[in-house]
Amino acid sequence: MKRKLETSELIFKVISYTLLCVFSLACLYPFVYAISASISGADAVDYGKVVLFPKDIQFEAFAQMFNDNMFWNSYSNTLFLTFYGTIWALFVAILGAYALSKRRLLFRRFFNFFLVFTMLFSAGIVPQYLNYLDTKAVFNAAGITDDKWLVVIAMGMAAMNIILLRNAFEGVPSEIEEAAVVDGATEFQVLSKVYIPMSKSTIATVALFFAISRWNGYFWARQMISNSNEHPLQVFIRLKLEYYTDPEAMAGWNAVYSSDSVIYALIVCSIVPILIIYPFIQKYFAKGVNAGGVKE
Amino acid sequence: MTSKAADFLVYDEAAKVYRENPEQAVRDDVEKHSWKHIGLTILKDWRLYLMLVPMLLVFLLWRYLPMYELLGCFKVPDEVKPVADQLFSGFSYFKRLLVGGAGDSMSTEFWRALRNTFLLSFYGLCFGFPMPILLALFFNEIRSNIVRSTCQVLTYLPKFMSTVVMTSLVTMLVKQGSLTSSMGVISQALSGLGLISEEVAMKGLLNNPAFFRAIYQISGVWEGAGYDSIVYFAAIIAISPTSYEAAQIDGAGKMSQMRYVVLPSILSTIVIMLITRIGSLLNVGYEKVLLLYNTNTYQTADVVSTFAQRYGLEGAQKGLAAAAEMMNNVIGMLLVISANTIARKASDTSLY
Repeated sequence: MKRKLETSELIFKVISYTLLCVFSLACLYPFVYAISASISGADAVDYGKVVLFPKDIQFEAFAQMFNDNMFWNSYSNTLFLTFYGTIWALFVAILGAYALSKRRLLFRRFFNFFLVFTMLFSAGIVPQYLNYLDTKAVFNAAGITDDKWLVVIAMGMAAMNIILLRNAFEGVPSEIEEAAVVDGATEFQVLSKVYIPMSKSTIATVALFFAISRWNGYFWARQMISNSNEHPLQVFIRLKLEYYTDPEAMAGWNAVYSSDSVIYALIVCSIVPILIIYPFIQKYFAKGVNAGGVKE
Repeated sequence: MTSKAADFLVYDEAAKVYRENPEQAVRDDVEKHSWKHIGLTILKDWRLYLMLVPMLLVFLLWRYLPMYELLGCFKVPDEVKPVADQLFSGFSYFKRLLVGGAGDSMSTEFWRALRNTFLLSFYGLCFGFPMPILLALFFNEIRSNIVRSTCQVLTYLPKFMSTVVMTSLVTMLVKQGSLTSSMGVISQALSGLGLISEEVAMKGLLNNPAFFRAIYQISGVWEGAGYDSIVYFAAIIAISPTSYEAAQIDGAGKMSQMRYVVLPSILSTIVIMLITRIGSLLNVGYEKVLLLYNTNTYQTADVVSTFAQRYGLEGAQKGLAAAAEMMNNVIGMLLVISANTIARKASDTSLY
């Protein structure tokens, strides 16, 4: 049975549809523009003729970037940091969260406070910097000259993610664990055979959060990684932006593509991989938001 | 009632000597055994406690040890000595930041940074906070699944960029114009519509302190509103349709339904999100500011973290910078705790 809409309802619907469409298009537009500008000719970009669709199509800007070894280098560095960083963070977080989820753990309140306090108060940039410098000295003394390992081991741990995991582990029914213990499972077996399989989706969400923060990491990577061969993608993009928007450096620019197109091409290249995997990770994303919203 | 030391030794008037307290001996015995008991429990359950070790180490080494470096706020800087051995200098840095002195602009800059930090988050609270709620309400109105999913995916899109990519895009879209290259496309559109004059647009909006806050907030809404609406939308679709029907039978129009059905149902979510927001009032995403600001816009853009970054990491005033950020973070911590306490008292919803 179709009900007739009341006037107020109709007005609200019209407003919703219009505003949502406008906002969605506004969200999309910068990307479309970036793609168009990255493949448009020099004159079209420099004289501001590109508005929505590309003009005088060229792919030289992309070609120039793909021929740049540093670009591939930075990409592989980012993959390195994301891969090992996520594994290390998950390792630490899962073990810690499992222990914290046990009611029989002594000093449980103290350990919880130990975690939560880091969410409330942070020492700040300068003390952290000095601390990382000390860590770096220790790493170098131990023969690890590759600063990437410093970023992997020392950075990117988040108390919030451990608490998410802990809450998930607390939700696992204790009868199953008791059954495993009766069958002679050790603590590690209980964790790997019972807890991890039973909270797979939370672990995936947390892994995603870690991976994203690694992929996006910029500030500390730029501060602590001294060798430019080891810079991750984000630092590479920023350095390129600083270089290509410097009028003095660009004074003698003469190519079939605009210097702006290089930046846009870089932006497009850094977004595309995420867009490709987005459909697969979307559900964990939404779940993580809900889990993060309500805590005990 | 009495303190422990007094418990332990009792003054005997007759013998004029201190005597050991037998009760304290019992207490000591219990305590010794309880530590023994704790030790035994840990030993028996060593696997569980071993699992805690990596986490404790990571947090101790890279979260708590930096707090030890905060001692530098009270010390005379010295490149060679570790912070504990440096000379004590009192509260000179704090005094310099808060009160300042003749011919010293440091305190003006610090107060400006503190004000900017507060204002950036406060405007974020005013404009950035309601947007996701509005979006979720609008999403709820759209009955067609295809249209809604498309809109949702499009609005989530900007969230998948890193801060660097997002700020690069913003920088390019509002960049300055010159003889050889035109200004950014958003600047073109704004000056074409007559919202800003052409000279202003030519100079670049990011070089103009008057526009920094607007750019920061609008890019924030653009980036986060869609993604943040997920949690509200989830709360809205959880409302049972019978609630709407009951309200309609009672003669409620659309607005009354909003007021009496939808809002009460998502109120607890809103409160939790609001606490988080208020708690982080003094915790601006410094990376974004750092990537967007430049020497021309310090007036409105410089926040405490970037102030500390500039003087502590680029300059050599480490103690001063650490002191500035410590004040900011301590106030921030008090804000979180008080927001949380108030929320717990008022509505039984709290974060911690």
